[in-house]
Amino acid sequence: MSAGEGRLELRDVCVAFPSENGDTRVVDGCSFTLEPGKLSVMLGPSGCGKTTLINLIAGYQAPTSGTIALDGRAVTGPGADRLVVFQETALFPWMRVIDNVTFGPLSRGTLDAAGARERAATLLRKVGLDGFADRYPNQLSGGMQRRAELARAIINEPHLMLMDEPFRGLDAMTRELMQEHYLRLFEEQPRTNLFVTSELGEAIFLADHLLVMTHKPTRVKRVIDVDLPRPREFRMLTSPRFREIYEDALISLHEEGAKAFAGM
Amino acid sequence: MSTQAVPGTAPVGARAARRARWRGLANVHAIRGAAGILAFLALWQIGVLLHLPVVAKVPAPLEVARAAAGLLHDPRYYVDWAVSFRRVAIGFVIAQVLGVPLGLVMGWKTTFRYVTFPIFEVLRPIPPLAWVPLSIVFWPTTEQSIIFVIFLGAFFTTVINTMSGVRALDDRYVRAAISLGASPATIFRRIIFPGALPSIFTGMAVGMGITWSVLVAAEIIAGRSGLGFFTWEAYVGGAFPTIIVGMVSIGVAGYLASSSIRLVAKRVMPWTSRL
Repeated sequence: MSAGEGRLELRDVCVAFPSENGDTRVVDGCSFTLEPGKLSVMLGPSGCGKTTLINLIAGYQAPTSGTIALDGRAVTGPGADRLVVFQETALFPWMRVIDNVTFGPLSRGTLDAAGARERAATLLRKVGLDGFADRYPNQLSGGMQRRAELARAIINEPHLMLMDEPFRGLDAMTRELMQEHYLRLFEEQPRTNLFVTSELGEAIFLADHLLVMTHKPTRVKRVIDVDLPRPREFRMLTSPRFREIYEDALISLHEEGAKAFAGM
Repeated sequence: MSTQAVPGTAPVGARAARRARWRGLANVHAIRGAAGILAFLALWQIGVLLHLPVVAKVPAPLEVARAAAGLLHDPRYYVDWAVSFRRVAIGFVIAQVLGVPLGLVMGWKTTFRYVTFPIFEVLRPIPPLAWVPLSIVFWPTTEQSIIFVIFLGAFFTTVINTMSGVRALDDRYVRAAISLGASPATIFRRIIFPGALPSIFTGMAVGMGITWSVLVAAEIIAGRSGLGFFTWEAYVGGAFPTIIVGMVSIGVAGYLASSSIRLVAKRVMPWTSRL
């Protein structure tokens, strides 16, 4: 991966739906830049339009106005340079894990069958799914499915990884292990990541930058830099610096959470 | 410490235990099922012996068994089986070969669906047997007209089920495939088709049930052979125990056909059965 790949820029992005009293703006004047090789975490109250932003960046949905560009090229539709890992698994239930992982490179013809299998095997080993290549997704636990999905995305060498609350719904223990796995993959080969969560602790533990989003319409309220050293370790969760950032972010987040709670 | 489970071995043990339990359950179910059938036959026999109303007119199971035993040496009986199976097989297979691709495209392409679906909505409610007169006029041989009616019985169910299978497919699979760079042809072959398979097999199972009921009626109306005609002929000839033999034969034949579909479904869709 050459330097400079994976810079995402959103400029004045708006998404509006027609409603009774004029247009309802879900996203309004949203601008931010993701630096190459950085892990940014988007935080905000649930239902604040984070998934809408992910869909826009992934190219599943077009903004009403504004521009989205990855490395200077406007996003006009879905592409393998921006891959999403969803909260619900999108692994193809009818394919074995290995066929799921090799689906991308074989579809685009970037690897031959043998090469794809080899690369997939390496990645599966990395995410701790050694020996599960021939299973079907419904034979895996929730945490394993999410890891298989990570492997399916990473094999395509995307410039940008979009993680839409990927660890939501996992039990606390599995979730911590998944965070560690995910961090190890990221720190081994940093690529631009946008990670959506509503868990502040998870956000700080993972992030280089926190994007605190406003509640309806969605835009960036604040960017908070997380200057904890890498590689991240769990004991950092109790460090004074972690707590400072936590408090700072919590106040911003709480204001928005209160608005969402009041149904504004 | 030495008895501690090694990671990876525990599921295997659990799987074996589950399989053993399933086998046990299957035996219990089989014994209960057999007991139910025996009780039914016993009640039937007693009902006839006691001259209960209605039941008394029905041949007793033992008479039926005697008639069946006699037929086991009659080659014509086997020919009727073969003829019926052949008709069902041909009609059913043609219905799948034409119906599945049509249903897939109808589910996938909105415009095509809007154009074709109304035709189906009008033709579908026509009972297959209402096609018999036209079919006899239209097709040169009786055999062809019977097969055509059987085809119709399965065709609409196949198309509708396949179409709904495609439409019910979760959007996130197609989205994921597009993101991963799959061409429309790849998406059709590797996402839409396998994703719709469970629905397609449901359609086949239902369609297979319909084909047998259609077959029997068509053979009675137009046929000179087959299990339906066999049953009718027994009635015309006054061989009442043989009527029951014919009915049971049709029941068994239908059951065998449906079971084979379930068997194929299991083999074709290994991902639908857990472990």
